[in-house]
Parts: sequence; C-alpha cells; structure tokens
Amino acid sequence: MTHASDKPGTARRSYWGVGIYRRPSWFLYILPALAVYVAFMAFPLLASLKLSFYTGNGFRLDTFVGFDNYKKLFSDVDIAPRFWGAFGNTWIFFAVHMLVQNSLGLMFALMLSNKRLRGVGFFRTVIFIPATLAIVVTGFLWKLMLDPNFGPVNLLLERIGLRALALPWLGLEETTLPIISLVSSWQWVGIPTMIFTAALQSIPEDYFEAAQIDGASGWQVIKLIKLPILVPMMGVVGILTFTGNFNAFDVVYAMAGANGAPNYSADILGTYFYRTGIAGKHPVGIPDMGLGAAIATITFVTLLAGVLAMRRLTASRK
Amino acid sequence: MPRIRSAGAAASGKRAGNALSYLVLGVWAVIVLVPLYLMIVNSFKPTSEIFLSPFSVSKAPIFDGFRMVFEEGNFLVYLFNSVFITVLSIVGVMILAALASYALVYWDVRLARAISVFFLLGLMIPMRIASINLIIMLKGLGLLDKLLGLLPIYLAMGMPMGIMILTEYFRTIPRELVQAAHIDGAGSFRIFWAVMLPLARPAMATVAIFNLVNIWNDLWFPLILIRSESQRTLMLGVTRLFGQFQTDWTSVLATLTLATVPILILYLVLSRQFIEGLTAGAVKE
Repeated sequence: MTHASDKPGTARRSYWGVGIYRRPSWFLYILPALAVYVAFMAFPLLASLKLSFYTGNGFRLDTFVGFDNYKKLFSDVDIAPRFWGAFGNTWIFFAVHMLVQNSLGLMFALMLSNKRLRGVGFFRTVIFIPATLAIVVTGFLWKLMLDPNFGPVNLLLERIGLRALALPWLGLEETTLPIISLVSSWQWVGIPTMIFTAALQSIPEDYFEAAQIDGASGWQVIKLIKLPILVPMMGVVGILTFTGNFNAFDVVYAMAGANGAPNYSADILGTYFYRTGIAGKHPVGIPDMGLGAAIATITFVTLLAGVLAMRRLTASRK
Repeated sequence: MPRIRSAGAAASGKRAGNALSYLVLGVWAVIVLVPLYLMIVNSFKPTSEIFLSPFSVSKAPIFDGFRMVFEEGNFLVYLFNSVFITVLSIVGVMILAALASYALVYWDVRLARAISVFFLLGLMIPMRIASINLIIMLKGLGLLDKLLGLLPIYLAMGMPMGIMILTEYFRTIPRELVQAAHIDGAGSFRIFWAVMLPLARPAMATVAIFNLVNIWNDLWFPLILIRSESQRTLMLGVTRLFGQFQTDWTSVLATLTLATVPILILYLVLSRQFIEGLTAGAVKE
C-alpha cells in the first residue's frame, strides 16, 4: 500500500525488536472497535437482509416465506402502487439534487476559485451553513416559510406582484416533491461546493501562470485546466448524492409527514420504509417488519448497484 | 499539461465574470441567510406581528416563545439528553477508533489489512438499512426506549469514518518517531498515548466534529427507538414541540432557534474545521 517502501525490512526490525510489527497483541487494540462494529452494524445489517424472507407478528419474525414479501412489494394490489410510487419518487428526488444541488455546487466552486474575487471566505462560510443544521429543523423552517396563509415566501411573491405564483407549494401533488427536493438541495449544496473547491485547490499554480502567459481566456482556463480535474470528482459527488438521497427520510418527514402528503406524492423509500416496517400503518400501528426488511434490502441492493455503476462510469472516463 | 492556444479579450471578459460571480453568490447568500434571519427575528414577536410584518426586527421583543418552550415543553430534558448522548458517543468513537487505527497502521499482517477494508466498507452502507434488526436486538438487550440504547449504534456508526480519517493520519507520522520512542523503552501503549495521540489532535478534531453534527442532528434512530418523554433527544423533542405548538409560530420559531443556534455558533467559530470534518469522507475517498 502507500507505505510499502518503509515496510519493516530486516534492517528496521533490529530497531524495533524482533517482529514487533507482527505481534498478535496488536489485535487487542482493534478488538473493541471491531466488536461494536460487527455487533451493531455488520450483524444487524445482514440479519435485516435475512428477515426480508420472513414474516410473523410484531417483533417475532419466525415464519419463512421465501420471496413473498418481495412479491407483495412488486405486485400486490394495495402495496405495489405505494412501493413503486416511493421508488419512483426517490429517483425524482435524486434527479433534482443532481441537477440543482450539484450544478450549483460546481458553479459556486468555480466562482470561489477565482483568486481576484473578494469575500471568498464569507461566501464559503455562508454556503456551508445549512449543512450544519439538523435536517428536521431545515424542513420545519421551510415548511413555515412556504406556509400558504402566513408564509413569508408567498407574502413576498404577493408584494412584488406575483400573486399568481403564491401557491400552496406543499399542498399540491405536482409541487410538493420538487419543492422538498429543492429545500434539501439548499441544505446540502455546501458539500459538493467544498469537494469541488478542494479539487480545484489541488491544481498546481504554474498551470495558471502558463495559461496566463499563453493568453488564455477565463473560459479556456475553466475548460482546459479546471474541468478535467473536476470530472473524476463529479463521480465522487454523484455517488455521495446517490447514497444520501436513497437514504433520505427526515426532510420529507418534516415537510410532508410520514405519508409524504398530499396523496403520497412526496413519499420516498425512506418514509415508506418507516411507515411499513417501523411505525405501522395508521390507524392500526402494527408494523410489518418482514415487509420493511424487504424494502430495506431493495434500497441496499439499489445503492450497491448504483454505486458500482457510477464507479464504472467515472473510471472509464479517466 | 493542457495546451492553450489563442489569446482573447481576456481582461474585459474577466471583469464581467467577476460581476456575475458577485451577483450569483450574493443572491445565494440572501437565500441562505434570510430564512435563518426570519427564524431568529420572529421568535421574539407575537404571532400577529409575525404574520403582518415578518421581515422587520421587532421594536418590542417578547420572550414568550422561549418561556413557553422551557415551561410547557420538556426542552431542558431533551437538551440534556442530547448533550449527554452526543458527548458520550463522540468520546467513545474517538477512543475506539484511535486505538484500532493505531494497530491497523502498525500491525503488519494480512489480517490487519483485511480488517481495514472491512471497516471502510461501512462508509458505503447507510446504517438505517439495519434498522429492523437493530430494533429487535435492542429490545432483547432491554435497551429499547432507553437513551443509552443509542450509544452502541452511534459508536458503530462512527467507526468507519473515524478509522479512515485516523489511519490516514497515522500513516503520515514518520515511523522514525515511533522507533525512537521504542528504543527509549516505551511499550506500544505508551507510544500510542504519549506520541501518537498528541500528534493526531487535528485528525481527532475532524472525527469529533463529523460525529458531533451527525449525532446531534440525528432524528432517525431516536425516532424509531425512543418513545418516552424522559428519554427523548433534542431533535425528537423538536418534532414533538413542532406538533404541539403548531399555530403558535412564536413558540415554534423559538424551538427551532434554540435547536439551531448552539451548533451555528460553534460552526461560525470553527468553520474551517467544520467544513473539513463534514467533507472529509468524500474528499479522501
């Protein structure tokens, strides 16, 4: 690996005492971390995957049912529309982030990398502020902002003469999911901005000097020097956005409730999983944990497939 | 090195580009700051004033919202619970991850490399997928609906990132330093404690901040594991208060302000470390 060159060779071993790098006692340092990680992450993860093949009452899932839970999700008259709805909505949620959040992030990073721009530190700090807020707080705050009766957003729209646009943004089936996706993009745009910024800062100064000597325009510098460095980073950002979005829950829960109201139009895999496997359907409140585990497994498989696909995509471009 | 040909009217183009940058960044700054400004400013106004003139600072600020939050809601309980579980988890993650990373860097056997990879796999996998089984496990352990039940989950959750950041950092520490300490007769734990840990302070800060934000802001695990009032964390409490106060915007905004401001202040003081900590995972991939 990285330190292959200073691996303990025979010469070094005499400094260290014989074989100290290979003493089994090192394992004791790893043991506590490994134990917690295996017991509360690796094991429950695998066990949850297994539970997707079971059904039962409440906490006791003792009846093996093969792929029944999956069949229900894919084709049951009552369940399948909810599942496919949530699945599709999660993709929309993801698409908005890719389009808005990551394009803005890229643009902000390019702007902030301009050395003659003043106030870069201020803008950077501001852009990143929402990423430090709790997602629920962000969701609630924007829910109030967008309130159809008293929200400042519509108040402002009315005052500047755009009354027609003063819609109940979180009450219409067409607008709810896009608006929630935009709020979430507002919150997380700082992450791609900073990732792209870090990549841009890694470009050696003399590239720009050479470009200047050659009389390159600002756009040429972006196209020929900056973008080639940013492309592999786009892969990283894409993967990060994908895992984040397919794991999302809080923002929809805060702004549209556990049902993704109105009429499930903002329901995503996270909220559907919560309703099905954990909270239980209103008004009965008894969760179907086996079905929930199946939703989690599908989310997991989608994540895995997506990450691998994006890796391949960006790897081939390098 | 890319080749660049052709000159251009570079200078004037650059000036126009700057103006555009200021415009775009300025508008975005407004979009970010105004909601936060409104949240804070309006938490000091009675509801009627919020609806009439939300954008102005109140001339006669009231504190009813904050009083309401402390007196009617169990805000202090939530706050204490969150501080308690967050601090405990962060300290735990730092200790466990530092010990493990130290060994993973210096223990030169194939098993150690395999374990490193095993930990890093966790970076890819959101822990929420394991929720169903975690609920069943915690119930079996008698930790369901207990604040302390969150501890092992947060420890496990913090491990992949903590170990990645710390192993990378330990690798940059020159081996000669460790060997010198060894010649002086220090055992491996002394070396860890007296040499490695003090040097790793910046990386430890990154780990701490990453976990601070994630744990403090976490809603999912408290939501699915905790029901009792006395065990609620701040974010779970906020969802409850948001429902309880509903149309009482003064109290709702006071709740949100109180939940946000501590981290916000910390961020403004330590913004460089925050940005580093929260983007660490992605950049170092």
